[in-house]
Amino acid sequence: MATGVKPRVKVPKSAAAGDTITIKTLISHKMESGQRKDDDGNVIPRSIINRFTADFNGQNVIDVTLEPAISTNPYFQFEAVVPESGEFTFTWYDDDGDVYETTKKISVS
Amino acid sequence: LASLTGLPAFANQTEEAIAALTGGAEIGEGVITIDAPEIAENGNTVPISVDAPGAAQVTLYADGNPLPAVATFTFGPLSASRSASTRIRLAGTQNVIAIAKMEDGTFQKAQANVKVTIGGCGG
Repeated sequence: MATGVKPRVKVPKSAAAGDTITIKTLISHKMESGQRKDDDGNVIPRSIINRFTADFNGQNVIDVTLEPAISTNPYFQFEAVVPESGEFTFTWYDDDGDVYETTKKISVS
Repeated sequence: LASLTGLPAFANQTEEAIAALTGGAEIGEGVITIDAPEIAENGNTVPISVDAPGAAQVTLYADGNPLPAVATFTFGPLSASRSASTRIRLAGTQNVIAIAKMEDGTFQKAQANVKVTIGGCGG
């Protein structure tokens, strides 16, 4: 159902072991709140991304539950520690059952 | 006489949601902070940051929205700081409230009032 959903994430390419890094994520999504009405006065049904997770090498960084009050194109910024080189996995879960996933590698020295 | 209470229309709903979260436990203040603009011109996208050292989980509420719940952040083992930023919708001038469940099981609260020029819930 959801079209043109495009995840974007910003992760540093490298870091020192144990460093704190800042991660920014954005996904294009209309986040229809279920509160709006169309021209005929009918409620437009809710259609949002309801969960976002970030993991590094299988360990969780953050797990977010989203409600309709999150703005269009949900944006999150948070911090992670990276104990070793590896890969971040970012996952978004849509109300319609779609799952969007993107990964980013980071080399740790 | 309802006007005597002076509360936003959805404030009670928020209080109920917070009571459901904490199970009625006492809520402390002063440990966590919430960063929000004093005035938001556009209620469709209001930047909010929360910093909650020692928190396992933080839930955000907007007490003047038709649905007060905004988001819940659960921090995992690789979370560096118990902080996060996002952008939220506010239907009008109201309080944004953060309730943190700390690692020791106690609760902490922070609150910020945001004046909204143009509401963000469509309509």
